[in-house]
Amino acid sequence: MSTLSIDHVSRWFGNVVAVNDVTMTIGPGVTGLLGPNGAGKSTLINMMGGFLAPSTGTVTLDGRPVWRNEAVYKHIGVVPEREAMYDFLTGREFVVANAELHGLGAKAAARALATVEMEYAQDRQISTYSKGMRQRVKMASALVHDPSLLLLDEPFNGMDPRQRMQLMDLLRRMGDEGRTVLFSSHILEEVEQLARHIEVVVAGRHAASGDFRRIRRLMTDRPHRYLVRSSDDRTLAAALIADPSTSGIEVDVAEGALRVQAVDFGRFTTLLPKVAREHGIRLLTVSPSDESLESVFSYLVAA
Amino acid sequence: MYDPTVARLTYRALLGRRRALILGALPLLLIVISVAVRGLTGADDQTASDVLGGFALATMVPIIGVIAGTGAIGPEIDDGSVVYLLSKPLKRPVIIFTKLIVAIAVTMVFSAVPTMIAGLVLNGNGQQIAVAYTIAALVASIAYSALFLLLGTVSRHAVVLGLVYALVWEALFGSLVPGARTLSVQQWSLAVAHKVAEGELVTSDVGLPTATVLLVAVTVLATWYAGRKLRSLTLAGEE
Ligand SMILES: Nc1ncnc2c1ncn2[C@@H]1O[C@H](COP(=O)(O)OP(=O)(O)OP(=O)(O)O)[C@@H](O)[C@H]1O
Ligand SMILES: [Mg+2]
Repeated sequence: MSTLSIDHVSRWFGNVVAVNDVTMTIGPGVTGLLGPNGAGKSTLINMMGGFLAPSTGTVTLDGRPVWRNEAVYKHIGVVPEREAMYDFLTGREFVVANAELHGLGAKAAARALATVEMEYAQDRQISTYSKGMRQRVKMASALVHDPSLLLLDEPFNGMDPRQRMQLMDLLRRMGDEGRTVLFSSHILEEVEQLARHIEVVVAGRHAASGDFRRIRRLMTDRPHRYLVRSSDDRTLAAALIADPSTSGIEVDVAEGALRVQAVDFGRFTTLLPKVAREHGIRLLTVSPSDESLESVFSYLVAA
Repeated sequence: MYDPTVARLTYRALLGRRRALILGALPLLLIVISVAVRGLTGADDQTASDVLGGFALATMVPIIGVIAGTGAIGPEIDDGSVVYLLSKPLKRPVIIFTKLIVAIAVTMVFSAVPTMIAGLVLNGNGQQIAVAYTIAALVASIAYSALFLLLGTVSRHAVVLGLVYALVWEALFGSLVPGARTLSVQQWSLAVAHKVAEGELVTSDVGLPTATVLLVAVTVLATWYAGRKLRSLTLAGEE
């Protein structure tokens, strides 16, 4: 059982702050590191894996520092985001080499290849592998020494649904065995399916942390914005603002539309058609205007 | 200090098809030139020394050193696959030292062996010229490997920088500016060759003691510094 502690860690590149004063503790089981592109997930994982020095703060695994401490790799398995991996070797040669570098042999390599079900292609050159196959061989190389901490950066990127499911099963199994598994993703559904615990980072900051249900609630309860066009915008606006589910309305004269902000999503969706009917107003357009992931995330930061 | 798995990975990367072709091209050219020269002018000690000194030692050895030295680590750092070495309980200096040994071995094989063959073709090792230049190539292989391995560790443009050093500094600048010659791996290895060859055909601007000290110092310092750099090498995300 291993616990990874990230304590007031920041990292900047020149004057770009990639990770900003993050403190979190990752314990046994599967944890998802969720955040939009450029949020600092890879930077954080690189620091967790001892491949990047924090500008300030410390990362420790069960009390031992990970930066400049090669011995810690006896306990860490890493699945990097980048593709490159000695493409001129066969899958088996690659995993055997990784085992040897841990002081282990072909037996450990064979076991790891069996775990990821890659025996059937193990004697093909890695350069001929599909993305999913590469991912599994990377996974095998990270598992050869039976590590207690597994770090995976965007492991599902480019995988087809079947490969994704297989890898999810495998990671779930690793978590159930008591390993500490941390993976990053920018897709909420992906993280939700797999992780018991979620850490959200946005723009380098630690935005939210906790059980996936809590995170999901934070995301769905946020104010929703809609663009509404109707036969009588002003009457509709007056009627909507009278209800507590509506927290703001703006008449966008240039667009010829209303911009409505609703706090109670469920109530607002029944309110809008009802109010329109009562006042004899025809609704022409109703479209959510900020469903992008970034806006969801930025809401979380503010929460 | 030496890890056989790191060595194996490095050999396979260096001797992959494309690189092996590049590594083999210059030695082949040297031997073709030697055969042609011998056919045209017959065996002549001065000519032999000119070809081996002017082409083999001044051009071929440093270029092979650049390819092997930077190639032993640069591509891995560039494409990020070095993470598979760094994520192991393996001391960073062990990785550097092993890669140095491999780079030296490859440079020696692809530069000293053809130099010897070319020397034998040119004048049948008259006045020990073939042996002298072969030893110079062996000595230079060590220093070049260490220098270019360091370059491969610190710069993304190691190959270009290495070639600029090899061709501009060693070959061109060195022959124009007297001072530059003192700081030249080529001149240091010539000092060793001078000792071996008979007569005064093989000369160097540097004395043997100075050359020896500088060769050892450059090799040791470059290797030590490369180990240090690898220790603080950071793997940042793709920008
Ligand atoms: N080596 C670097 N030099 C300069 N800036 C960097 C470097 N690495 C990362 N950054 C910056 O730090 C920020 C975080 O990058 P990071 O790669 O950690 O994000 P990410 O969450 O992994 O994104 P993605 O989902 O795209 O992989 C970005 O603004 C990025 O441009
Ligand atoms: Mg990333």
